[in-house]
Amino acid sequence: MLSDQDRIFTNLYGLHDWGLAGARARGDWDGTAAILARGRDSLIEEVKASGLRGRGGAGFPTGMKWSFMPKTSDGRPSYLVINADESEPGTCKDRDILRHDPHKLIEGALIASFAMGAHTCYIYVRGEFYSEACRLEAAVMQAYDAGLIGRNACGSGFDFDLYVHRGAGAYICGEETALLESLEGKKGMPRLKPPFPAACGLYGCPTTVNNVESIAVVPTILRRGAAWFSTLGRPKNTGTKLFCISGHVNKPCNVEEELGIPLRELIERYCGGVRGGWDNLLAVIPGGSSVPLLPRSVCDTVLMDFDSLRDVQSGLGTAAVIVMDKSTDIIRAIARLAHFYKHESCGQCTPCREGTGWMMRMLDRMVEGRAEPEEIDVLYQVTKKVEGHTICALGDAAAWPIQGLLRHFRPVVEARIAAHQGRLLAAE
Amino acid sequence: MVKLTVDGIEIEVPPGSNVLQACEAAGKEIPRFCYHEKLSVAGNCRMCLVEVKPGPPKPMASCALPVAENMQVFTDTEMVRAGRRGVMEFLLINHPLDCPICDQGGECDLQDQSVAYGSDHSRYHEAKRAVSDKYLGPLVKTVMTRCIQCTRCVRFATEIAGTPELGAVARGEAMEITNYLETTLTSELSGNLIDICPVGALTSRPYAFAARPWELRKTDSIDVFDALGAAIRIDARGNEVLRVLPRPNDDVNESWIADKSRFAIDGLKHRRLDRPWLRVDGRLRPAGWAEAFAAIAARLNGLPGNRISAIVGDQCDAESLLALRDLMRALGGSVDCRQDGAHVSIARREHYLFNTGIAGIEAADAVLLVGTNPRHESPVLNARLRKIWQSGQAHIAAIGPQADLTYEATWLGQDLQALANLAAGTHSHQSVLARARNPAIILGPAALRHPATARLAWQLAGTLDALRPDWHGVNILHTAAARVAALDLGLVPQGGPLAGALHGAADFLYLLAADEFDIAAIAPDTFVVYQGHHGDRAAARADVILPGSAYTEKSGTYTNLEGRVQRGYAAVDPPGDARADWAILRALSDALGQALPYDSLDAVRAALAAANPVFGRLGLAPQPGGSGGEAPAGPAEISSCQFAPLHESYYQTDPISRASPTMAACRAAVTQLPVAAE
Repeated sequence: MLSDQDRIFTNLYGLHDWGLAGARARGDWDGTAAILARGRDSLIEEVKASGLRGRGGAGFPTGMKWSFMPKTSDGRPSYLVINADESEPGTCKDRDILRHDPHKLIEGALIASFAMGAHTCYIYVRGEFYSEACRLEAAVMQAYDAGLIGRNACGSGFDFDLYVHRGAGAYICGEETALLESLEGKKGMPRLKPPFPAACGLYGCPTTVNNVESIAVVPTILRRGAAWFSTLGRPKNTGTKLFCISGHVNKPCNVEEELGIPLRELIERYCGGVRGGWDNLLAVIPGGSSVPLLPRSVCDTVLMDFDSLRDVQSGLGTAAVIVMDKSTDIIRAIARLAHFYKHESCGQCTPCREGTGWMMRMLDRMVEGRAEPEEIDVLYQVTKKVEGHTICALGDAAAWPIQGLLRHFRPVVEARIAAHQGRLLAAE
Repeated sequence: MVKLTVDGIEIEVPPGSNVLQACEAAGKEIPRFCYHEKLSVAGNCRMCLVEVKPGPPKPMASCALPVAENMQVFTDTEMVRAGRRGVMEFLLINHPLDCPICDQGGECDLQDQSVAYGSDHSRYHEAKRAVSDKYLGPLVKTVMTRCIQCTRCVRFATEIAGTPELGAVARGEAMEITNYLETTLTSELSGNLIDICPVGALTSRPYAFAARPWELRKTDSIDVFDALGAAIRIDARGNEVLRVLPRPNDDVNESWIADKSRFAIDGLKHRRLDRPWLRVDGRLRPAGWAEAFAAIAARLNGLPGNRISAIVGDQCDAESLLALRDLMRALGGSVDCRQDGAHVSIARREHYLFNTGIAGIEAADAVLLVGTNPRHESPVLNARLRKIWQSGQAHIAAIGPQADLTYEATWLGQDLQALANLAAGTHSHQSVLARARNPAIILGPAALRHPATARLAWQLAGTLDALRPDWHGVNILHTAAARVAALDLGLVPQGGPLAGALHGAADFLYLLAADEFDIAAIAPDTFVVYQGHHGDRAAARADVILPGSAYTEKSGTYTNLEGRVQRGYAAVDPPGDARADWAILRALSDALGQALPYDSLDAVRAALAAANPVFGRLGLAPQPGGSGGEAPAGPAEISSCQFAPLHESYYQTDPISRASPTMAACRAAVTQLPVAAE
């Protein structure tokens, strides 16, 4: 269990002052100029050594991502873009950072931008986060007024500008290249890769897109050292992570814990356990709506980190743990997610545009049992035709929950269909 | 060069190519919907899947994948076939299976690829999507339920046409292609949307339900609605021209043609001259050929050569120009091709050509437009200018009345004085041009109306070092398809344009399909013979009318503005008694006792090549490059000369387009468009 002195987000619950004075009291903005004075390469090496993996879902090593940025400019500016378009169902960690600890993010933005030679950073905030964006704007103004950012930020001699940009409420704009398109004022549609943003991103310039949490933990890592961070968690899955536990638990909450904490411990220690006790557990979606669910049998032992969850054919994603007890109609739950992905598909790629609607309609019928048993296989094949056939990962995200359902709860679907056909026969 | 293998075939392609291009180079067919070689890569249809090693264990979209050294590409593995089958199934679940009532049927990419790569049945049993149709104007008809969201049309309108009026609204399944306000598209290239649409979502409104592609007889020809010489294909059924499509020709028109070239053809069915007419007692009445020839012979009898004159029209073929020239020479008369009043020197061929070449203009890094609106005068050429502007390589400036050219231009003034100042080095923009390595000056018809324009342009080019052996920066943008051939045949008599023909200078005036000059300037007692295909402005003034052929009805040679000699073939027969124009002149020469020395088309063409060797070199454009030769002559003083556009509307500029109901509808639709408030 994470000890209190190892917590990074010490105002996660908003119990203290969110503003600059409060942030300083918690240790933010302490010796930032000295950190910058270590130099770009040293900062990137330190972040690499910490083993920090991106907190937005894919878990790509953050330090390595930063090292893709050009060391010397070819005339084009470099940009850091922070993805605060937190829209993954079940996820609400970035929101609490934005409203309760915005200075962690701002300081991290300065340090990360410095490490990548970016003098400009954009924070793309989800459109629905109105109050959060206002809070963030206010914090940015505080930082400007205190000389922490802007010209000669923190007295380091480094000029740094930070802009907050509000989205308009499209899930797809959380995909990094769709976010860049949206930021440029275009329709939020993912771009083809290559070229990757580090070569050709925002306005055609080298760009790194990082998640809010990835950036917000950076100042603390650099202050306390990579060695400290890498002792937390498990090998290759180091550090602490914000978990968002929702659903059928007694006390849904956000909590910071070490990566690799057992799922059962996470739920029982922080959330008061599953509603009706652990034996009442049906399934858990461990990393936001995009990852396949885990049945109770896996939940008993699985550890909450990138590699452990990958080994059970799921993923850590954003660490949004959605708990479902036995009162859940699991087919309907997944059908609801299919509705979401159908609604949020950008419509660019054929398989995702057409496939999400098809999958949704089949699942809708299966909720009531209005289907033929063979259609279960058709549904599975459709998910396989969508997965991996699209420009961005939304196609995968739409396919995986359904694959998880069919992998672990196929008998439930078959029983539902059989029951419906039984009713039809009885009616005749 | 990058070396890779495609299905085991070793191949080298230039770096920066994509895998789809490499597969095509290896002779492998890759199905695609969204990819178009002239448009940016969208990579969204996911049809062009291939398997690549080394690479992820999933099929990759080949259009969006750059080639890499030693890459192994497989275009026909089980994974690839399954992937394409899946995409086809997805595309068809919401596509209506209305092929029997779809105009794209028989030439539909979706239809063809469904047969080649799809499955024999669908597993989709849910309700299908329906999308409301959008109004895009009189030319492009929409059936949006058929749309597969490939976004080719959006990319064409934005990138090539430069009129970003199409886009997509909504997301996912609900995504629709629309122009939102549902007003007429303002592009002069909008017809190409029909060609690039891979399905029946965008089809031709005038051609709707007219024919099936397999019923059509296809004839290669050359477009005559501007001087670009775009390669076209004329599709006819029976003796009716039903549609015109572009043929790809990267040297001239790439894959595009302008709307007038494509849609004015319904004018070929209206107001046609299909028999000779004779004016008797002030009224025109039908006549026979012999009667008409006799009337002409009677009037010419005893007339001195200096009172005989001829004007040639803008769409004539070189064969009839030669026949008219030879006949007029025999009679001692003169022939003038400068209907629009252009002052062109024919001392050297480079004085009247588009010297950088059409494709060559892409090497320009600064362009100066003088008295031209290329968007109206050659829309396809304008797309090339837009291309070099968009790539950021060229700065474009213009002298003349301001217009929306689909790209940004710096407007330097309204009249010739601006050009004179540039030539004298006293204009502030001169430094911009001087910095360019390959500056190009384009002189349009409005500019050529002033005799000093060409001289000033050459003077400016000289100061910019734009007359080098490897770069000739002075370009004449003609608008008449017949003009360069006429100039090659020397149809420029002494004196100013049309000076020897109008205002009583001639007693006998022969008009070869010439309508684009001030008809009222013909003296009342001048005897006028009109040989042409449409009963347009000049025919009403004629004393004798001889029915000729339109460009679709004769095999003819045309020289485009860069001097490229091209040949079109007859797609249909001329109506009624109408004949090929050179043959009419040959017959008339007999009646006048001045028999021309050729009896067949081949003989005319041999005579053409003898008259000017350029006519013997079919398909070739002259090599660009300045000869360093002398500049065209021109008066030293310039009086103020405003550059006024030649035509009121792009859509009606010649006898055919003036007779076309479609072009009239376009003109009306465009004038009704709301004008954006400044």
